Amino acid sequence: MAISGGTAARVEEKLFQNRYLVDAGRPHIKVTPHAVPSDALVALTKVCPAGCYAFNDSGQVEIIPDGCMECGTCRVIAELSGDIEWNYPRGGYGVLFKFG
Amino acid sequence: MLEEKFDAIVIGAGPAGNACAFTMANRGMKVLQLERGEYPGSKNVQGAILYADALEKLIPDFREDAPLERHIIEQRIWMMDDRSSSGMQYRSEDFNEENPNRYTIIRAQFDKWFSKRVQGAGALVICETTVTELVQEPDGRVIGVRTDRIGGFIKCDVVVLAEGVNGLLGERAGLRGVPSPSSVALAVKEMHFLPRETIESRFNLTGDEGLVIEAAGTITKGMTGTAFIYTNKESLSVGIGCLISDFAETKETPYGLLENFAAHPSVAPLLIGSEIKEYAAHMIPEGGYKAIPKLFGDGWVIVGDAGQFVNAVHREGSNLAMTTGRIAAEAIFQVKSRREAPTAENLSLYKKMLDETFVMKDMKKYKDLPKALHNKHLFTTYPKLLNQAMQTWFRVDGIDKKSKENEIAKSFVKSRRFGLLSDMFSIARGWR
Repeated sequence: MAISGGTAARVEEKLFQNRYLVDAGRPHIKVTPHAVPSDALVALTKVCPAGCYAFNDSGQVEIIPDGCMECGTCRVIAELSGDIEWNYPRGGYGVLFKFG
Repeated sequence: MLEEKFDAIVIGAGPAGNACAFTMANRGMKVLQLERGEYPGSKNVQGAILYADALEKLIPDFREDAPLERHIIEQRIWMMDDRSSSGMQYRSEDFNEENPNRYTIIRAQFDKWFSKRVQGAGALVICETTVTELVQEPDGRVIGVRTDRIGGFIKCDVVVLAEGVNGLLGERAGLRGVPSPSSVALAVKEMHFLPRETIESRFNLTGDEGLVIEAAGTITKGMTGTAFIYTNKESLSVGIGCLISDFAETKETPYGLLENFAAHPSVAPLLIGSEIKEYAAHMIPEGGYKAIPKLFGDGWVIVGDAGQFVNAVHREGSNLAMTTGRIAAEAIFQVKSRREAPTAENLSLYKKMLDETFVMKDMKKYKDLPKALHNKHLFTTYPKLLNQAMQTWFRVDGIDKKSKENEIAKSFVKSRRFGLLSDMFSIARGWR
C-alpha cells in the first residue's frame, strides 16, 4: 500500500522511536470492505495520529495497525457507522510505552 | 482458570483503578486487578502533572519513593499567533515548600510504582490480560468478567470499570454510550531528552524545580485545543491536543500540528538539540459534567476517565481519577461491611459521596464551558488581535500613544463587533 505525502513519512519516523509487540496476523482493527470510502474513513487517513489509514491504489481506505498507539480516535469517528471494527490487542501485545 | 470469587475486580491499572484497588485491598477486601499492558503503565499516557493532594489521601508518604520528576514552581500561559506569543507567568518561592503541591511525572514509571503499592496492600494484579467481556445475568446484573488469557469466567461481587477514556467494556455491555467526537480530544506528545543542566538553564530552574507552559492560539489552526511543554528531570514533554470533531472537520494531521508547534519561533529555541525518544497519542474526555454517564448499577461502578472525569479548564484529570477511585472503593466497602448486596440502589452511595466532593462540584461549575470554548475565534481571531495589540503597544515608531490606543481598540471592534460581547458573555456564564 502506497502511503503518499511528506507528512506520512514524518510520522513513520516518529513511530520508529516507539516499542511495539505486534500480534502478527491478528490485526485488532479492521476496515469494513467498501467500494467508495465514507467521509469518516477519508477523515481517518488524516486524523489517525499514527498514520495507520491510507488509500490503496483503487481508492479504498485500508489499515495497517502495526504502529497503532491504541488511542481510540478512529473508533470514536468510525465505529458507530460500521466503517471499522475495533478491539484491543490481546493482552501484552500492541504498543508498549516506555514513558507514556 | 481462577475458581475463587473476588469481592471486586478492577479493570485497568491507571490512577483510577490503582486508587480503587489500593483502597479496597487496604480495607481487607479480596481484590483482583486486570491490566492489558505488559506492566502497569505501559499502555498509559498523560502530560503529565501529578496533583499531590489526591495521592496524599491514599499514600501520605508517597514522596519517599514515588518516581517524581520536578515540583512545579512556575506556570506560563501563552496566547500564540504564527510569529508571536503573549503570556501570563506566575512563579512563586512558596511552591518550594516541604510538601510540594504539583509535580511533573512520567506515567509509565509512576504507574508501575503505584501498582507496587497496590500489590503491597494485598490486591492480586494480573498483567498482559485483556478483559473481553463483562458477564451479566439476564436481568443485567454484572457477576464477573471474561478475559483473553484466563479460561472460563472470573466471578466477583462488583466490577470497577477503570478502563479509561477508550473503554470498550462498559459500552459493549450497554452501561454507557460511545463518546461523541465533540466531547473527546486527541492529544499527541513527544518526549524530548536534554541534559539536566540544559533544561535548568533554559527554563530558569534550580535543582528539582519545574516549570510548565500551556499554550493556545493559532497553533491549533482554529480547532478547540491547547499545547503544552512540561519540564521533567532530563526531558521535556511536548504535546498538543484538539477536539476530535475538529480534527475530522479540518483534516489537520495531529503530527503536523505537533511539528508546527515545536517549530514555532517561541518554542524551537527551548527544544533545540533534544533527542526525541517516544511519540505517544491518547484521548482526553472533554465533555465535562454533561458527558458523565451513569456511574453505578447492579454489580458495577465507573471511575476515572471512563466516567469522563476531566476538568478541562484546570487541566485536572488524574486527581479526579484517583479521587473517584478512592470514593468508589469506600462506598463498595461500606456496602460490603453492612453485608448488603451490591445492587444499584446500594452502590448509589458512591454517587452520593462523590457529589459531596470537589470532583462533582467542579464538574458542575463548568458544565456550560465546553460549549462556550468550542468557538474558533478563541483560537484564531483573539490570539492574533492580542499579539497585534502587544506589538502596537511595545513598538516605538514615532506614532503618538493616543493613536496607538485607538488603533488597538478599533482592531478588536472591527474583527468581531457583536461577536466579541457574546463570546465574552458565554464564557463568563460558563465560568460562573
